[in-house]
Amino acid sequence: MLRLPPLRYEAPSTLEEAVALLAEDGALLAAGGSDLVPNLKRRQYPTARTIVSLRRVADLVGIRVESDGTIRIAALTTLATVVEDSRLPKVLREAAGAVASPQIRNQGTVGGNLCVDTRCDWLNVPDTWRQAAEPCLKAGGEMCWVAPAKKDCWAVSSSDLAPVMVALGAEVQLIGPDGRRSIPIEQLYRNDGMAYLTKTTEEILTEVVIGPHAGLRATYRKLRRRGSIDFPILGVAAAVRLDDADICTEARIVLGAVASAPLRVPTSEEVLVGRTYNAETIAEAAEAARKLARPLNNTDLTSRYRTRMIPVFVRRALEELG
Amino acid sequence: MEPVTLTVNGATRRLFVPPQRTLLETVREDLGLTGTKHGCELGECGACTVLIDGVPILSCLTLTVNATDCEIVTIEGIGSMTEPHPLQRSFGEHGAAQCGYCTPAMILTAKALLDRDPNPSEETIAEAIAGNMCRCTGYLSILSAVAAVTEENQ
Ligand SMILES: Cc1cc2nc3c(=O)[nH]c(=O)nc-3n(C[C@H](O)[C@H](O)[C@H](O)COP(=O)(O)OP(=O)(O)OC[C@H]3O[C@@H](n4cnc5c(N)ncnc54)[C@H](O)[C@@H]3O)c2cc1C
Ligand code: FES
Ligand code: FES
Repeated sequence: MLRLPPLRYEAPSTLEEAVALLAEDGALLAAGGSDLVPNLKRRQYPTARTIVSLRRVADLVGIRVESDGTIRIAALTTLATVVEDSRLPKVLREAAGAVASPQIRNQGTVGGNLCVDTRCDWLNVPDTWRQAAEPCLKAGGEMCWVAPAKKDCWAVSSSDLAPVMVALGAEVQLIGPDGRRSIPIEQLYRNDGMAYLTKTTEEILTEVVIGPHAGLRATYRKLRRRGSIDFPILGVAAAVRLDDADICTEARIVLGAVASAPLRVPTSEEVLVGRTYNAETIAEAAEAARKLARPLNNTDLTSRYRTRMIPVFVRRALEELG
Repeated sequence: MEPVTLTVNGATRRLFVPPQRTLLETVREDLGLTGTKHGCELGECGACTVLIDGVPILSCLTLTVNATDCEIVTIEGIGSMTEPHPLQRSFGEHGAAQCGYCTPAMILTAKALLDRDPNPSEETIAEAIAGNMCRCTGYLSILSAVAAVTEENQ
């Protein structure tokens, strides 16, 4: 059997205690554990000493929809709960429903999904495989096997909800040693496979907030080898607002799984805003997305194929919103 | 060692487990219930599915300490050789178990679906078992086996 390394376990009942425990060396936060456990089994966190579970903290589960349409999803709410909540926009329910498999959606949480570790074919393998080669940067080594010429880690942002939340302009609430703060979710991410979150390790995401969004049309398209279980190898979240004359007044296009963070595509957004929303502008916006993203050969299927699929998926997403 | 209390197939079990013990290890190695299978052990195949409070969960990704005070059902808990569960009988009749490795998890996943929705469409059945890999049957016999025990078809 593939077993976990020896670990200490803490399940504090308050966020403050959890934050304090996370300050200790080798402490790792666990929500549903569906990302953490396989990564630990593959020995991706060699310094791990303690699991800090949030399961006993009260008030971290549930979805509130306020009278102005604001949606508040507590961090430990499971993906299955999101899928089943008919008050939520279709785009959120579909993106949550595209994550992993039914069992993992019963266990995996929204907070865990937004903070899911970046992935790479060289890293996410059992340690016996990893030991067969020099360790890469993220495994504590000196080089990157994917792009050896550079000193950067290109592990892929693989969350399905992250691009959607960025497209919807969500905010996340964090609690840490210095108290609480709220930031636009876009600012949570950094395009760096190793330090992919801007928050500190002690900070806990408590809630994601989607402000009033009446009239915003949004969708999510996911590319993966199989229709279930697989992580995204390309995700396209698109949100647009059209006026009565079909002029696009607002556009957000966000790509998942092509970089180490969800990637906004301003070149495509600029094509759309101020123009009539029709097949021609959609085609132009889709083409503009091709130039920005450069997926590498570090996840399933070839980077060439994934690159070619970017404009196709952007076009299909935008067509759906017309 | 952490103290845990589990209800497994109706019986209360009190045990001490190391914090890193997974429910898969506990069920198979501490409780001897080897009907729950281990495949990938990384969340990718579904063979280790058990029901926790009626919900299909991957035991290979679950820490036993996190399942404390929960009600666990494994394949041993839903039928026996002499009195099989209707799903177990139907899987046999439809040839939906070939090597049988995926079968306990498949049946538990289907049971959780039928408990919630006694008349699922074929599409709903397919969606419900989308986290359970089968390398033998090609899935169609499994879909037929589950469809045969919906309320409508009984
Ligand atoms: C086979 C398989 C397939 C998968 N497919 C997909 C997929 O298609 N799409 C996808 O998006 N994901 C996928 N996942 C990854 C994962 O299961 C999901 O992203 C899930 O939502 C993670 O949630 P969790 O609560 O289980 O996270 P955990 O494993 O508990 O945590 C994940 C990470 O986030 C951190 N974290 C968790 N909660 C918080 C919080 N509140 N504040 C701060 N940090 C936090 C943890 O420290 C950890 O680093 C897959 C996993 C497996 C095993
Ligand atoms: S053994 Fe748990 S999913 Fe494969
Ligand atoms: S019967 Fe062999 S894996 Fe399903």
